[in-house]
Amino acid sequence: MLLRIREPAEPVTFSFNGRSVTAARGDTLAVALLAAGVDTVRESVVGGEPRAPYCLMGVCFECLVTVDGIQNRQSCLVEVRQGMVVTSQSGARLVCGGQNR
Amino acid sequence: MSMRVVTEAGQLALHYDLVVVGAGPAGLSAATEAAAAGASVLVADENLAPGGQIYRGITRNTPERQDFFGKDYWKGRAITDAFAASSVDYAAATTVWSLDAATSPLSSSPRRGEGGPKGRMRGPSGQVLPCDAPSPPCRDLLPAGEKGQAAPSHSICDSPASGEKTGVATLGLTLAGAARMVSARAVILATGAMERPMAVPGWTLPGVMSAGAAQIALKSVSGIPAGRIVLAGCGPLLYLLADQLLRAGADIAALLDTADSKQRMAALRHLPDFLLSPYVAKGLSLLLGVRRRARVISGVTELAIAGSNHAEGVRFRAGGRQDAIAADCVLLHQGIIPGINLASAAGCTIEWNDTQRAFQPWTDSHGRTSLAGVLSAGDGAGIGGAEHAAVCGRIAALAALADIGLLSSSQSAGRLAGLEKKRQTYRRGRTFLDTLYRPARQFLAPPDPDTMVCRCEEVRAGTLRQVIALGVPGPNQLKTFVRCGMGPCQGRMCASTVTEIMAEERGVSPAEIGTYRLRAPVKPLRLAELGALPQTPAAVFAVTGRTPEQHSLEEEGKNR
Ligand SMILES: Cc1cc2nc3c(=O)[nH]c(=O)nc-3n(C[C@H](O)[C@@H](O)[C@H](O)COP(=O)(O)OP(=O)(O)OC[C@H]3O[C@@H](n4cnc5c(N)ncnc54)[C@H](O)[C@@H]3O)c2cc1C
Ligand code: FES
Repeated sequence: MLLRIREPAEPVTFSFNGRSVTAARGDTLAVALLAAGVDTVRESVVGGEPRAPYCLMGVCFECLVTVDGIQNRQSCLVEVRQGMVVTSQSGARLVCGGQNR
Repeated sequence: MSMRVVTEAGQLALHYDLVVVGAGPAGLSAATEAAAAGASVLVADENLAPGGQIYRGITRNTPERQDFFGKDYWKGRAITDAFAASSVDYAAATTVWSLDAATSPLSSSPRRGEGGPKGRMRGPSGQVLPCDAPSPPCRDLLPAGEKGQAAPSHSICDSPASGEKTGVATLGLTLAGAARMVSARAVILATGAMERPMAVPGWTLPGVMSAGAAQIALKSVSGIPAGRIVLAGCGPLLYLLADQLLRAGADIAALLDTADSKQRMAALRHLPDFLLSPYVAKGLSLLLGVRRRARVISGVTELAIAGSNHAEGVRFRAGGRQDAIAADCVLLHQGIIPGINLASAAGCTIEWNDTQRAFQPWTDSHGRTSLAGVLSAGDGAGIGGAEHAAVCGRIAALAALADIGLLSSSQSAGRLAGLEKKRQTYRRGRTFLDTLYRPARQFLAPPDPDTMVCRCEEVRAGTLRQVIALGVPGPNQLKTFVRCGMGPCQGRMCASTVTEIMAEERGVSPAEIGTYRLRAPVKPLRLAELGALPQTPAAVFAVTGRTPEQHSLEEEGKNR
């Protein structure tokens, strides 16, 4: 979890698992989630273990979430947008687009 | 002229003289140099803004508001300003997922099999071979400072500007949810480095991040980890981050230094060179400064992270006894290694750099890889640091322009000589640092069988060792047996550990083991994006047996 030590400029609001989250324009989704106190963004595919963003630079794929119905987005590379609907993923993905198990 | 920001796939040109992948110091400098010489240039980068790793967030931050970075960070401004003022197309938030190098260079004979590196060398089991004497991959046995000088016999690229030397490469990109293919006469891969994964028990728990990730949070949103922080690992960047976090007011419970004291002796003979390098003063003041302000524990071994659903602390051994420290956040780091996925999937020869203990694309002294028209610059071609990366970017741009006939050698000779001299300065001292901070064996190849190696497919060290003992020939077969490296990260997080474990089990050098064979797309691509790609007439014909014209005639007939 992250503390913002400078006030974010230009607020942007989106939802994560139904909860409203405020971030700043230009933030990546992963950082915005961590700064909003989100600790676990998904449950792992094989063992169902809690996982959180690890590298924040597009390498580890631990930050995968569903964004506006599209699964497996790397949240550390996606910019937050007003009204974005973000949900966490649990286990393996399904072929039918956008449906969480 | 100034830079044009491309925000949708449809705004991309179909063809560029030069496509640069990566907008760190290497890519930005390469693009600026090439645009100044009149080339049409596209820079594609995954990040939301230019700067790469070191200068991340530089266009958003100010020295007044973000006063915790230190002066090296702000050097990035000059680079991004020059880039913004140059006539380039810049596609941010854009992933390059494939690169097909030109298969038939326009006017020269192909470089493959011509005395230079022979495409990509593979052993009988498909692994990358480190050496094919007497051709270039053996240069990796030279000290880093001499790399690139023992250039092999490049039949076609050592006499630049005698006409076109490259064909047309094709890149697959995705931006704003849509994929596109773009062609280029030359491509510079400036994809940078990643942190060397540090697999220790508990490293998959929430609350554990790489130290680089914490730095990214600081650079991108001025965020610091909440609560008590433990940093663990080795290398200059760990201390740099500790310094930045302390300045930003973070609560560092301890820095656990895992550096291997045995490396000190080995590094000693490179000390004189280091003492002449630009890193001395900065490095010393960092080390001392952090030691003064935070608890630093040296000689740490047997590190493990405790916690069930979140990191709660660390256990370790130091000074002959077990110890534990409570923490809310654990930051791991043990140096950086080149990000080779795109270069490797494109088919560039990959070589083992023993000093840096990592694989890297083979390059000549100007950054040309084994594939015609594909160059590599910056930390993606071998770790050299930000200023080195910027200079290498410029050198690669000049080489690329010469190869595609946009610059003559007389035009670039003076400039090249100056840049090469600068590069030499920035290479000073690297071998010392690389040797001193080579991670200890137990952090390269985790001894504890329960340590997760492949985070995606959840494969543990013990499983890997068992399967290796069955006689699996190489990492690629290991992957098929246990799915290690088959998840979405495509082996980025386990490749180096898998190679190290296999090398240890066999008692051979990692060079003999090789690494995963990678294929495009190097990042997962949605089928919908692939399906929506504009189709070439040749592809339509290959699939349907009819040309697009025949299709439209048929459509017309039906509608009539
Ligand atoms: C996390 C991290 C933090 C670092 N921090 C510092 C620091 O504070 N100080 C320091 O001196 N050095 C730092 N380094 C070292 C760093 O490598 C610098 O030396 C410098 O950034 C290297 O510049 P570069 O241009 O080679 O690559 P980078 O700056 O890494 O830039 C590469 C760029 O390529 C992009 N990219 C990669 N693959 C693709 C693809 N397939 N498609 C599209 N874009 C792609 C990346 O997103 C990135 O923006 C850091 C390294 C890492 C990994
Ligand atoms: S946090 Fe590693 S890929 Fe996003």
